[in-house]
Amino acid sequence: MASPSRPAIVATGLRKSYGDKVVLDGIDLEIAEGSIFALLGPNGAGKTTTVQILSTLIGADGGEARVGGHDLTREPDAVRELIGVTGQFSAVDNLLTGRENLSLMADLRHLGRAAGRRRVVELLEQFDLAEAADKPVATYSGGMRRRLDLAMTLVGEPRVIFLDEPTTGLDPRSRRAMWQIIRDLVAGGVTILLTTQYLEEADQLADRVAFLDHGRLIAEGSPHELKRLIPGGHVVLQFADHEGLDSAARLLVAATRDDAALTLQIPSDGGVGSLRSLLDQLDRASIGVAGLTVHGPDLDDVFLTLTGRPDNERAMAR
Amino acid sequence: MSTLTLAARDSSTMLRRNLLHMRRYPSMTLLLIGMPVIFLLLFVYVFGGTLGAGLGPTGDRAQYANYVTPGILLITVASAAQGTAISVAMDMTEGIIARFRTMAIFRPSVLTGHVLGSLLQTLLSLAVVTGVALLVGFRPTANPVEWLAAIGVLAMITFALTWLSVALGLVSKSVETASNLPMPLVLLPFLGSGFVPTDSMPTAVRLFADYQPFTPVMETLRGLLLGTGIGSNGFLAVAWCAVITVLCFFWARALYNRNPAR
Repeated sequence: MASPSRPAIVATGLRKSYGDKVVLDGIDLEIAEGSIFALLGPNGAGKTTTVQILSTLIGADGGEARVGGHDLTREPDAVRELIGVTGQFSAVDNLLTGRENLSLMADLRHLGRAAGRRRVVELLEQFDLAEAADKPVATYSGGMRRRLDLAMTLVGEPRVIFLDEPTTGLDPRSRRAMWQIIRDLVAGGVTILLTTQYLEEADQLADRVAFLDHGRLIAEGSPHELKRLIPGGHVVLQFADHEGLDSAARLLVAATRDDAALTLQIPSDGGVGSLRSLLDQLDRASIGVAGLTVHGPDLDDVFLTLTGRPDNERAMAR
Repeated sequence: MSTLTLAARDSSTMLRRNLLHMRRYPSMTLLLIGMPVIFLLLFVYVFGGTLGAGLGPTGDRAQYANYVTPGILLITVASAAQGTAISVAMDMTEGIIARFRTMAIFRPSVLTGHVLGSLLQTLLSLAVVTGVALLVGFRPTANPVEWLAAIGVLAMITFALTWLSVALGLVSKSVETASNLPMPLVLLPFLGSGFVPTDSMPTAVRLFADYQPFTPVMETLRGLLLGTGIGSNGFLAVAWCAVITVLCFFWARALYNRNPAR
């Protein structure tokens, strides 16, 4: 897929280590203007470090990067004029109210008194914080803090936005609200680099996805392209007891078993023919199956195929 | 926008942030004023009679109130410095500092905001403590010019110690450390001419007392407020303040510009 516009973010060979521990081992990125790019990977893969480097918070040990055409090390302030960052840890002033936090950002973005006040009111409305505007942030709920955090990032109308795990720890409703906000932002033409542990989130939002594992990019493409990397989805067989699971696992060697859930996951294209032959096989061996579900290929399968192991975060979340 | 305008504008924004913190949580300010006031009352009403008698044949409690006030004023400055170190260390644990670092602002403005805020806070404490001192018998003989000069000297030492405590707050890995590191500052007026004349001390202590920075500052204040001799102390006080300010400013800036370790 060729990108029609010039890239908003370009990075080549980014490296970073802390002591002996290599966190980023040569990352290349090219992110088109006006698109959402998702950096996906388990904890410790290097997602946050990538965001910290690209947002000028920390320096890289090697490699080069340009944001909005400006070199990160030579013109950090030009980069800072263009970007907005919402990190994983809430970057709000807990001792101030929501309104004071936003006004602080307006002043630091040098908006001018009247323009600043207008922008603050606008954002309070947009992010559903008008009612709590004059309460100290320390009294806000997790979802409200996250919304305020993002609103503070948007005060200066940044052209490039970094969102480091924007929905981690949010309830499903707040998560969907956050997704809508992100979609609206991109509709307004900004570029977003977001990191996430949730494959579904990347699938929902991103134009392009990159998998980060142990400081290296192991795959990159549109969600559609990535799903095509594996031929099909999988079938999950549910068993009534361990006996059934054991005999089926002996019969179907390509399957992965889950003893706790009494299920067996078998790679499959989900077609009628392959399903029939699977059922016939089980029938001939007289193995009883309690239930069967067919799954189309999702990014989970891609990650599994690429790394040869399940994504730990997802495994725990299940 | 020129660097200077940017610096002034962002610093005043950060100053407003720190003043809001102080207004919303006044307990720290009250604590910082309370400690020197307690010291003052203790030294005038409990130790004052005996220590006053040691000042000379005519020495008494009233004379000691005059003698001890400059020392108490420096205790006020030192205890405020401790408060600054704590609030800087606490601030550095907040996520918003990372946000400031990714914004196109005058980079040290986070620090200058703290320094200016602490300066105002300390001057307020000094005014309150001076008021209490006047109530318990402090009788300065200064004319308006000498008062202005005394305020200037206090502002200089406050500025110097505030930059020091900002650096101490930044170098501390925890808020507890930040509250302990400036502790010796509160002791320095005792190991100087703050509470008793240094010539009553054993040689080793006296040498330290005569040559540490607080002594010339206290002697200068004493001279300006009470008309005692100042001599070379005025120059020494200004020089000490300038050296501490410059060194600690660069130290604090270097600490802040380090890559934040995660």
